[in-house]
Amino acid sequence: MDFALNDDRRMLAETLERFLSDNYDIEKRHGFAMMDDGFSKQMWEKFAELGIIGALFDEKAGGFGGEGADLMVVFEALGRHLVVEPFLPTLMAGTILAGGGGQEALLEQVINGESAIALAHGEPSSRYELASVSSIAEQSGKEWIINGDKSVVLGGSAATQLVVSARTTGEADSENGISLFLVEATNGVTKRNYSTINGYGAAEIKLENASGILLGEVDHGYELVERAYAAGIVAISVEALGAMHVATDLTVEYTKQRKQFGIPIGKFQALQHRMADMLIELEQMRSSVMNAAGNLDKDRLDREKEVSACKHLVGTIGRQVAEEAIQIHGGMGMTWEYAVGHFAKHIIMIDHVLGDTDHHLERYIALGRNT
Amino acid sequence: MDLAYTDDEKSFRNTVREFLKEKLSNRLATKVKLGKRLTKQDMEEWHATLNEKGWLAVNWPEEYGGTGWSAVQKHIFDEECWAAGAPRTVPFGLNMLAPVLMKFGSDEQKAHYLPRILDGTDWWCQGYSEPGAGSDLASLRTSAVREGDHYIVNGQKTWTTLGQHADWIFCLVRTSTEGKRQEGISFLLIDMNAPGVTVRPIILIDGEHEVNEIFFDNVKVPVGNLVGEENKGWTYAKYLLTHERTGTANIGNSNAALEKLKAIALEQKKSGKPLSEDPYFAARMAKVEIDLKALKTTNLRILVDADNGAAAGPESSMLKVKGTIIRQELNDLARRALGPYALPFSSEAMEEGYNEEPIGPDYANAVAAKYFNNRKMSIYAGSNEIQREIITKTKLGL
Repeated sequence: MDFALNDDRRMLAETLERFLSDNYDIEKRHGFAMMDDGFSKQMWEKFAELGIIGALFDEKAGGFGGEGADLMVVFEALGRHLVVEPFLPTLMAGTILAGGGGQEALLEQVINGESAIALAHGEPSSRYELASVSSIAEQSGKEWIINGDKSVVLGGSAATQLVVSARTTGEADSENGISLFLVEATNGVTKRNYSTINGYGAAEIKLENASGILLGEVDHGYELVERAYAAGIVAISVEALGAMHVATDLTVEYTKQRKQFGIPIGKFQALQHRMADMLIELEQMRSSVMNAAGNLDKDRLDREKEVSACKHLVGTIGRQVAEEAIQIHGGMGMTWEYAVGHFAKHIIMIDHVLGDTDHHLERYIALGRNT
Repeated sequence: MDLAYTDDEKSFRNTVREFLKEKLSNRLATKVKLGKRLTKQDMEEWHATLNEKGWLAVNWPEEYGGTGWSAVQKHIFDEECWAAGAPRTVPFGLNMLAPVLMKFGSDEQKAHYLPRILDGTDWWCQGYSEPGAGSDLASLRTSAVREGDHYIVNGQKTWTTLGQHADWIFCLVRTSTEGKRQEGISFLLIDMNAPGVTVRPIILIDGEHEVNEIFFDNVKVPVGNLVGEENKGWTYAKYLLTHERTGTANIGNSNAALEKLKAIALEQKKSGKPLSEDPYFAARMAKVEIDLKALKTTNLRILVDADNGAAAGPESSMLKVKGTIIRQELNDLARRALGPYALPFSSEAMEEGYNEEPIGPDYANAVAAKYFNNRKMSIYAGSNEIQREIITKTKLGL
């Protein structure tokens, strides 16, 4: 076994961390989140230049990464700086474009930072159920006509092209009969853009006779969706891990500085033990993320069990770390001005992205029954 | 042992319910239930409604215009108010300053300030915490130096809730640096409009302006504004902390939150069925409901004992710790219940006049924000760590 990063990835990690340290403090981050698209186009172009977007995809897709270990390197750094640019939507929609085939030109634009894409899969009543798709696609000559509602589409606000799931056959909650389409976010697409409470651009999207290009095989889109979600979950989990590390570091540092009763509050055993627990859980989190990342290219059942195990822990450990970070900071942890509250907010809200802790516990149990 | 409410108590509950039905406006109740931003006017309106009925000063004795209610009556009133969606009353003047004035203030102070709390002339805020004095409150440094008929006050208070609306602030200030730290603190009433007082907002993680920093720069305060004796302020503040138990457990608040959570869980669907039927979620809800049931009885036991003259002990610390854990768990479950719709957030939608179509269900917008906002509960009014210290020292003898 070898848990170390290879030289290329170490360089990627160093490059990205240095760039973010120089250009992405919390004040700048708030500024980017307030921009029209919910992020900075200029920063996005810079990320493309540094090859960070390319690191999300394998060589077949025009990138030079795409493995679990690449996602770990990139997203941990993004989490450490609460980066608001649309890496997650790009990874997920891009994974489907690559998997479906035939979209090499678009992927090249995406990797160069010229096109913004997002995956529009969730629907108002689907909650976290991956197979719950009610949007309908019907074939009309060479093109497909899509109708339906897509909800909480992360990155949907800025996306010019959407990867949309729709039902081509089967019941509304069946894994069979889901197909995927590339849809230009223009005619027949109405977006209601907004920001999430942790500062990310998203949209409610209405499709009314929108035309789409089929990606992959008709009726067999579910497998691609599941793969995209697996990659997305590894990415967002390691992003959470990065944020949890910073929240913990800030907390420990604060307890060294903050004096009450004449001594640093970090000298109080009641707080020491809780911070020690945070550290123990962070190591659990890192190992679980490695389990998921290392199994991304394995058989479905091995992969999905590790993915659900990981996202389950993100919800439970994340809550513990975020709440303890605020509590141990006291009032300072509650303020907008001080960074730790923003990290806590992001960690907590990640539980609502791609399935929460309960959903993945239940899914883990169900997957276990299949072995 | 008889856990049932008496006939009188049942009929009291009906009276309260009818009053709320008649006098609590739909406008206010809707705002509260949807978690919208309450204005100063909203809070004043509700104070005036209660005062008209003589029910504003729930905890005051009748001689000062209070209700003189028993512990059980207060508990019933609290439950019914929360259930109906009444705004919570602003506690600083009513429940924090008033008991201190009644016990330690001069006749003149009582006659002047107490009626003005009732009729809404004065909005009070609390000046205890300082940047360097939070959990360790006795280390406070804001100074008051006697010069003739005045004190000259210099220093800074922080985390001053709703200080932006306040006409007056009651402060703990340092009048002596000799002897034990606790023995050099005085309780002083300061006019917020006095020259030298500056208010600076602190924005919280949910984006709301709720707390403030208050700066005092050579503020002249008449000596008549000293409550009780000089250097005895710590005793007065401690009196308040141990005697103010009503509401500490957040029972009414948590009841209302549990009902709201159940409504959300019924409406939210998971795989086509109500979330409340999902075994994972149902178990989470049941656990917190079981905790709340037990705490409700603990709370009543303590309140009835106090009514019967039991000495004040660390009970309020116990109620605070468990009560905030339960309330925060309810916040956590509410955000969980929403699934992905916990994510969208619009600050504009917190305003009363907002009439655009909501993103997701209409009850969703404020839920995650409230979860984050209520993290304050285990921090304020003596952090839960400090409450556990009090229990350790006074009850365990360690």
